[in-house]
Amino acid sequence: MTAIADNAAVPADTPLRRFVIDFARSPLALLGLAGVLTVVLLAVFAAWIAPQDPYDLTQLNIMDGRLEPGADAEDGGTYWLGTDAQGRDMLSAILYGLRISLGVGLGSSLIACLIGTSLGLIAAYAGGRTDAAVMRAVDLQLSFPAILVALMILALLGKGIMNVILALVIVEWAYYARTVRAAALVERRREYVEAAECLMLPRRRILFGHLLPNCLPPLIVVGTMQVARAIALEATLSFLGLGVPVTQPSLGLLISNGYQYMLSGKYWISFYPGLALLFTLVSINLVGDQVRDILNPRLRT
Amino acid sequence: MAEWLLHRLVQAFFVILAMTAIVFVGVYAIGNPVDILIPPSATEAERLRIISELGLDQPLWRQYLQFLTHAAQGDLGRSFVFNEPALTLILQRMPATLELAVFAILLAVLIGVPLGLYAGLRPNALLSRAIMAISILGFSLPAFWVGIMLVMVFAVQMGWMPSAGRGETGSFLGIQTSFMTLDGWRHMLLPGLNLALFNISMTLRLTRAGVREILPLDFVRYARAKGLSPARVIGVHVLKNIMVPVVTVVGLEFGTTIAFAVVTETVFAWPGMGKLIIDSINVLDRPVIVAYLMIVVVLFIVINLIVDLLYMVLDPRVRQEARA
Repeated sequence: MTAIADNAAVPADTPLRRFVIDFARSPLALLGLAGVLTVVLLAVFAAWIAPQDPYDLTQLNIMDGRLEPGADAEDGGTYWLGTDAQGRDMLSAILYGLRISLGVGLGSSLIACLIGTSLGLIAAYAGGRTDAAVMRAVDLQLSFPAILVALMILALLGKGIMNVILALVIVEWAYYARTVRAAALVERRREYVEAAECLMLPRRRILFGHLLPNCLPPLIVVGTMQVARAIALEATLSFLGLGVPVTQPSLGLLISNGYQYMLSGKYWISFYPGLALLFTLVSINLVGDQVRDILNPRLRT
Repeated sequence: MAEWLLHRLVQAFFVILAMTAIVFVGVYAIGNPVDILIPPSATEAERLRIISELGLDQPLWRQYLQFLTHAAQGDLGRSFVFNEPALTLILQRMPATLELAVFAILLAVLIGVPLGLYAGLRPNALLSRAIMAISILGFSLPAFWVGIMLVMVFAVQMGWMPSAGRGETGSFLGIQTSFMTLDGWRHMLLPGLNLALFNISMTLRLTRAGVREILPLDFVRYARAKGLSPARVIGVHVLKNIMVPVVTVVGLEFGTTIAFAVVTETVFAWPGMGKLIIDSINVLDRPVIVAYLMIVVVLFIVINLIVDLLYMVLDPRVRQEARA
């Protein structure tokens, strides 16, 4: 989804068409794309689709607490996915949670991509000390597992959506920087860059107008995968109770809240949010796999 | 070789130093340590006394030096909750975490390598494709969700396994470990499997890729032409060559596994240091947080160093490079 939109920025439209045709060749990938679109639409229009506003306390009926999926509400209507301890409709909670999960995942990936891409381009173009400094930072960052870095940041800064996004950005930027640098190092030696330099074009324009578009394919591949990773990591952090605050529960927090009821057999409170998370991740990964296969000819066998 | 090692040690030292600075700034500069370290019920006189006692009236650089000297002496502060030295608390819980991590790594190798070998030798078999498809799930599913599902299916629905906690431990060489009792094994199996899942997928894929890469090479064909039995060709010639990347990655993953144990320990209420850190973060027990972060970082750097050394021992080419 993002892949196609990004590619549209490339002036020639023939590669885009080839990309679309290649993409459509895999039914699994199309299924994934449909899944991603569904999830995004559900998240965007959550407020209109959801049967109730799960965080408007006047709409909750505590008497409807912990009802099974398909149970009827006291005032008519059906809880298709059951209710949680406060009588909140799980379907609505999931739709709203999806919105937060996707928002945090996409938002953090976008910021990380901006920072990482800029640093990677500058490192490849400048070379020498700048390059060494950026790559040292990347190495240092990548030598620690994401969960540990995120844990560290949230332990120091505390919970909150902004802090989660910050943690995800710090965890992810290095992947973008490394990918873009590798691609830019190759492109940098091409004639068109030399030509642009001869024309005395401003450096900013060479970097972002000439080098960047040619580094897009690997960037798109990494980007799709990183969005899925970011969503999964956010869910994990929220599950641990370090992520989003209780007032804005993402899917991870919903799962965590329901977990204590699972041992008494009330599986739906955390099972369905989990299913939604799973569906999102698998869809993105299916799309990502196909995009990688198309854009990375070395892997084509 | 010695020069290389020295270089690496110096590098490791500086990374640890950098981490202490980051953690120090994070804990003592971002939050107000006075609010954190002094109970709100304290009187103004008590407040001032504690501030000067803790050295919080000193300039920041002097506080940092003090923090460093204390850390070097193994004093990372006392837990507010347990009123015990933070370091002791963590060291008490470390065996449980290490045990789980070791078990997970063992599972990863014992399951991942044979499956990967099979998938690599018969890439087109139906079973191989199934293995590869499942391994993708191992990468993309969040570990905590898999853990929850394991609990739901095997503990709640089937009732085969306990859902939480560490079982009875037996003594082995003076260490209390679950490896020694049947109950311990029963408690360890689900969390171990949960923690291992990612590593299983990874070793499996690495082994498969290695086999695919090595099989068509000349030395394998030569070994076959010599009339060696297939078992020997695969067991010695092929396996030996895939072990280099597998050992590296598994070794490097050991640190990640310890860090990731935080998730598994939370799901299965495993009393290790990962559970401790989460509990500590939730009650803002800062000394424990600092101690945990420092210990894990040091552990990590040590593991990376050991893996690099192992790598040199296993791969003569790297040895040459280091010498040059």
